[in-house]
Amino acid sequence: MGLKEYTFTEKIDTRSGFGVGLAELGDANPNVVALCADLTGSLKMNAFKDAHPERFFQIGIAEANMMGIAAGMTIGGKIPFTGTFANFSTGRVYDQIRQSIAYSHKNVKICASHAGITLGEDGATHQILEDIGMMKMLPGMTVINTCDFEQTRKATHAIAAHNGPVYLRFGRPKMPNFTTALPFEIGKGIVLQEGTDVTLVATGHLVWEALEAAKTLHAAGISAEVINIHTIKPLDDALILASAKKTGAVVSCEEHNFLGGLGESIARVLAQHHPTPQAFVATQDTFGESGTPAELMEKYGLNAASIVRKAQEVIARKA
Amino acid sequence: MQKTTPMASLETLQKLVPQVRRDILRMVHQVNSGHPGGSLGCAEFLVTLYNHVMDYSTDFSMDGKNEDLFFLSNGHISPVFYSTLARSGFFPVAELATFRKLNSRLQGHPTTHEGLPGVRIASGSLGQGMSVAIGAAETKKLNNDSNLVYTLHGDGELQEGQNWEAIMYAAAKGIDNLIATIDYNKQQIDGSTDDVLPLGDLRAKLEAFGWEVIDVEQGNNIEAIIKALETAKSATGKQKPIAILLHTVMGNGVDFMMHTHAWHGKAPNDEQLAIGLAQNEETLGDY
Repeated sequence: MGLKEYTFTEKIDTRSGFGVGLAELGDANPNVVALCADLTGSLKMNAFKDAHPERFFQIGIAEANMMGIAAGMTIGGKIPFTGTFANFSTGRVYDQIRQSIAYSHKNVKICASHAGITLGEDGATHQILEDIGMMKMLPGMTVINTCDFEQTRKATHAIAAHNGPVYLRFGRPKMPNFTTALPFEIGKGIVLQEGTDVTLVATGHLVWEALEAAKTLHAAGISAEVINIHTIKPLDDALILASAKKTGAVVSCEEHNFLGGLGESIARVLAQHHPTPQAFVATQDTFGESGTPAELMEKYGLNAASIVRKAQEVIARKA
Repeated sequence: MQKTTPMASLETLQKLVPQVRRDILRMVHQVNSGHPGGSLGCAEFLVTLYNHVMDYSTDFSMDGKNEDLFFLSNGHISPVFYSTLARSGFFPVAELATFRKLNSRLQGHPTTHEGLPGVRIASGSLGQGMSVAIGAAETKKLNNDSNLVYTLHGDGELQEGQNWEAIMYAAAKGIDNLIATIDYNKQQIDGSTDDVLPLGDLRAKLEAFGWEVIDVEQGNNIEAIIKALETAKSATGKQKPIAILLHTVMGNGVDFMMHTHAWHGKAPNDEQLAIGLAQNEETLGDY
C-alpha cells in the first residue's frame, strides 16, 4: 500500500488560522463578538478588531471577568469568542467556565492559543499541558485541537455554527499547512493514511509528526494508519474502533499530559469495546521548561522519531 | 410576547413580603437546609424589584430582548428568588414544595440546567454575577435594547476578586444600563464581615472605581427601596454604572433570626418555624 502525499506551500501558525477565520466570521455573521484579555496581537484578532471595532471587547488582564462577560453576552443572541493563551483560558478560569458557561449552557467559544509545550521560551508557567483534560471533563463542552492553519480556520467557522460551549485549542509554532483540501466536521476524525499494522491517532501539532513517522515506518516495512482526531470531545469512537480492530495496535500522539488527554479518551473507548495495546506519545506527568519548540519536542518525546519508537514497541505487544 | 410592567401598589407589596417570608421559612424547614438569613433580608427588595420596577414577560425567554433582566449573584439566597419568581407568575407556586429535592427545577442554588423560568445563569460559586450582568448589558447596547440589567450581590461576596475586575471594567467602559445592588447586611458565614475580612469604606471604593453609588439606609423599607430604584433608573444612561448599597438586616421579619450570622445557612426546627410563621401573616395563601 502506497502512502498519500501531503504537500504544503508554507509553514504558518495555527493561531493565524483562527485570526483569519474570526475575521471572515465577523463579516459573515453580525452576532459574532470577540473578547480579548490584552493579547490581541498574539491571538491574531487584529483583523476582526479593525473591521468590527463595535463588536470587539478589550477586557484587560482579567480573564475571569472575560469569561463571565462572554457568558452574559450570549443572553440576547450574541456568539462570543474569547481569546487568550490556553493557560489563562482554562486553568485560571476553570470555575467561571464551569458555572457561568458549561453548567449554564452558554454559547461561548473559548479560543486558546499558545497551548502546549511549543509555546517555547516562556517556560512552564505558560505551557499548559492539562487543558484538554480540564475541558473535556465539563459536561456539554466540545473540545477541539487543530493541526494546521486551514484546519483552525475551518474549525473557527464550524464552532460558530455549533450551538453550545466549545474549547478550541491551537498554538504558536509555524506548522506545515496541508489540510486545505480536507473537510472539517466537528466530531469526525480524518483518515490521513490507510494502514494495517498500527494506528497512529494524532491531534494538534503532532499530526504532521505522525505523517512523518508513517513515512519512516513505511520505509521499514510497517504499514501505519494515520488518523487525525481534531475533536477530542465528542470523540469519533467508531473511526478509532474500526481502525484498532484492523491494525491491533494504537499510538496516541498529542502535545499534552498523558493523564487526561486524547490518549486517555482513546484508552477508554478501547477498554470499553475492543481492548487493544496502546502507546502514548505525550508528556509524562511533568511540567515543561524554556527552550525552542523543536528542542522541547525532542526532549519531551513529542516528535516523529518518538512516534516511530512507540509504534514499534506497541506492535511488539500485539498478542 | 406579553410584556408587563407590574406597578403593584404599596399595599400589594406589603402583602407579598410576609408571604414570601413564609415561603422561605417553609422551604428551608421542609428540607432542613438552605439559606434563610440572607433570603429574609432581601425579601422587600426582590418583591419590589419584580412587582414595581422591572419590565419583563413571565412568558420566559432566555434572550430577554426588550425586557429588564435580573441576575442573582449570591445564589445561596435562592429561597427568596424562587418565591419571588413564583409569586410573580414565572412558575406555579406549588412548585416551591420541590425546593432542594430530587428531580426538582428548584436546585439548592439557581441554575438554567433544569429550565426553571426566570433564571438566566447558574450562581452559587460566588463573585461571578457582575461579569455576567455586564455581558448582558453589553449585548443590550449592541441590540439597541434600552431595557436595564439589575443584579444582587452579597456584601461578603465582594471579597471575591472577580467582582473588582468587573467593577473596574463597568466603569471604564461606561456600562450605564446596569444597576447592581449590594445586600449590605455586614454578615457572612463565619461572622460579621468586619471580623472575617473588613470591606472598608465600600461607597468610597466604588466611587473611586468610577461608579455612581446610592445608599439605602432603610434597606428593608419598601418605600425607601422604591425611591432608591427610581433614583437609580433616572441615573442610567449617563456613562456610569450604578450601585445601590442596600443596608439590610439579615433574617429580617423573624425576630430570633435578625442581627446575626447564625441563620446564614441553617434551617429552623419545627418550633422555630412555628414562631417565625406566627410573625408573618399568611396573606396570599401558602403553597
